Amino acid sequence: MTDLMTPPEAEAAPAPAAAPAPKMTARGVNVFYGNKQAIDNVSIDVFREDVTAFIGPSGCGKSTFLRTLNRMNDTVATARVEGDIRLDGEDIYDRSMDVVQLRARVGMVFQKPNPFPKSIFENVAYGPRIHGLAENKAEMDTIVERSLKRAGLWDEVKDRLTDSGTALSGGQQQRLCIARAIAVDPEVILMDEPCSALDPIATAKIEELIHELRGRYAIVIVTHNMQQAARVSQRTAFFHLGSIVEYGDTSGIFTNPRETRTKDYITGRYG
Amino acid sequence: MSGFTIILLILGLGLIAWLSARAKAMAFATPGIARPHSRPNYHAWYVALAAIVPALLFLTVWSIVSTSLIDQSMLAGIDPANLPADPAARGNLLAEARALANGEIANPFNAQARDLAPAYESARGFYAWTGFGIALLIAFAAGGWAYTRLSPSFRARTRVERIVMGLLLAASLVAILTTLGIVASVLFESIRFFSMVSPVEFLTGLNWSPQIAIRADQAGSSGAFGAVPLFWGTIFIGAIIAMIVAIPLGLMSAIYLTQYARPGFRKWVKPILEILAGVPTVVYGYFAALTVAPAIRDFAMMTGIPSSTESALAAGLVMGIMIIPFVSSMADDSLSAVPQAMRDGSLAMGATRSETIKKVLVPAALPGVIGGVMLAVSRAIGETMIVVMAAGLAANLTANPFESVTTVTTQIVQLLTGDQEFDSPKTLAAFALGLVLFLVTLALNIIALRVVKKYREAYD
Repeated sequence: MTDLMTPPEAEAAPAPAAAPAPKMTARGVNVFYGNKQAIDNVSIDVFREDVTAFIGPSGCGKSTFLRTLNRMNDTVATARVEGDIRLDGEDIYDRSMDVVQLRARVGMVFQKPNPFPKSIFENVAYGPRIHGLAENKAEMDTIVERSLKRAGLWDEVKDRLTDSGTALSGGQQQRLCIARAIAVDPEVILMDEPCSALDPIATAKIEELIHELRGRYAIVIVTHNMQQAARVSQRTAFFHLGSIVEYGDTSGIFTNPRETRTKDYITGRYG
Repeated sequence: MSGFTIILLILGLGLIAWLSARAKAMAFATPGIARPHSRPNYHAWYVALAAIVPALLFLTVWSIVSTSLIDQSMLAGIDPANLPADPAARGNLLAEARALANGEIANPFNAQARDLAPAYESARGFYAWTGFGIALLIAFAAGGWAYTRLSPSFRARTRVERIVMGLLLAASLVAILTTLGIVASVLFESIRFFSMVSPVEFLTGLNWSPQIAIRADQAGSSGAFGAVPLFWGTIFIGAIIAMIVAIPLGLMSAIYLTQYARPGFRKWVKPILEILAGVPTVVYGYFAALTVAPAIRDFAMMTGIPSSTESALAAGLVMGIMIIPFVSSMADDSLSAVPQAMRDGSLAMGATRSETIKKVLVPAALPGVIGGVMLAVSRAIGETMIVVMAAGLAANLTANPFESVTTVTTQIVQLLTGDQEFDSPKTLAAFALGLVLFLVTLALNIIALRVVKKYREAYD
């Protein structure tokens, strides 16, 4: 196990110095939609202790790459993924990797809040139920309460757990989706522009939540809002035309980018 | 002059009106002066519609009214004492006179018709010419009046829009009014039936035997009109056996086609499934009566179950197959309407495809599926050919699917086929049955549409 944790290739992503073993590693990843190449030779390490932000102009492939990390691209018939992606050293595209278990370990929060048309309780209980995480009702209650508390939603919904999840406000729905993702106790949480459909106050709450969740889960967040990336992340990868232009400490990327393209993007010259 | 000619004439007037109004509008649309409110075409259409629409409306009304006016003037020439007192006999006489005048028959059964024929001919000519004259007058007057109204500030565009809206409204009213007319006619005959047979007996009686002695000396039954066995047979075949077949097969095929099938496969299979809905029901009837029913009877005999050739099971099974496309296409629509985000959300939690379908997609699509099933039921209980050919006529009250049952539609066909008199409860019972069937399917449709609508609001 442990020897697999070291990246197999030396040209590895420019990981910041003195990093502990990465949670996920990607090496030479290409993604094709039919004949069109959407991701070109991307390599990156994601660490458990950090929030990693993917920034870049629309259509640069950041969401596509995010979706390779829990194999959500499998649901797109024309998509094809090449390269090596590992979770704790295990190849997630290996034949022996069960995609159901992978997604239990790598959860995802989508751009638009997508609660199921069920009660708030049932939304959170959905994952634990399909993975058999609770022996009885009391355990399930505990899981649901803990998840909602971690998602910062408990105080707002504790008296109406039987109400429909779709009746909540947009920001609450998104936190419900985060609670739903947390409930199966994943190791990595992928967030695909989680605030783009929310107002500034709801956005602030989600950002606060990301701060609180940091350290417990490895978090990867795709955002087109550079201030957000600067506020919530410790590492930032700048995507452009399907490849990573620059990856490093968020403070470094924003204050002292090495590449002119990064600098141009951050200063608003294009994108 | 035929009706066709007069319509052409009015349309010709409309064309003239259009051209002359356009010319007038073009004249005041000359640049430099203030811009007219409407473009010339709107002025043209306004005048043309004014010339055509009222005249055609008048002709329609006239063609309805003039029939009875002609009859009256025909009878006016004859001493009422010489006429048959019975309205039906009088109607026959008039019909014969008409046929004679039109040259459809040479020798009338009723000699009196020969006297009436010339009167009919002259009355018809008179009313036709009067009608044509008035119609042309209306076209001229309305067109001329509209023409004089044209001016640069005249709001022709607004008026034309309003007339077009009125025409569209009238078109939709035709369908509604026709429905009301159907209901009224069925209701009227049903009321006659219920004056002879008590509604309580009809709706709760267990014995259905509509044979009635036609002559006083005829031996035979007095007639029993307890329709419960019919209602039961209808529900048994259309809502129970057919749905046991159609709901699982339709739902599962919809799930397969929306969730699992490759686009290429779906492209082929979905239209083929929908062809099933286009097969004439009489063909299903053959299939039920000639293939399925004997097979079921043989099976029942092999296993020792008492059965008849015309079994409820045969009709129900085939009807279920006929209904599959309805259930499947409604379920398909509802499943496709569940947002992709919902599916992704479940898959991203580590749910398998079948867990996602079972726990998220089907519950989310359920209202649409239920609506589809209710529409399918309403279609199944109104279906006639399959049950006429395969279900039999015996009004049994039984839950044994191997026995023969009869349905409302089968009995309506039985009651109304052949020569019938329209004052016996036997014949009128068909209308009462029709009324019940209409009300039930109407209720099912209304509920189904409400369910579907409520569901749509949740996602759009």
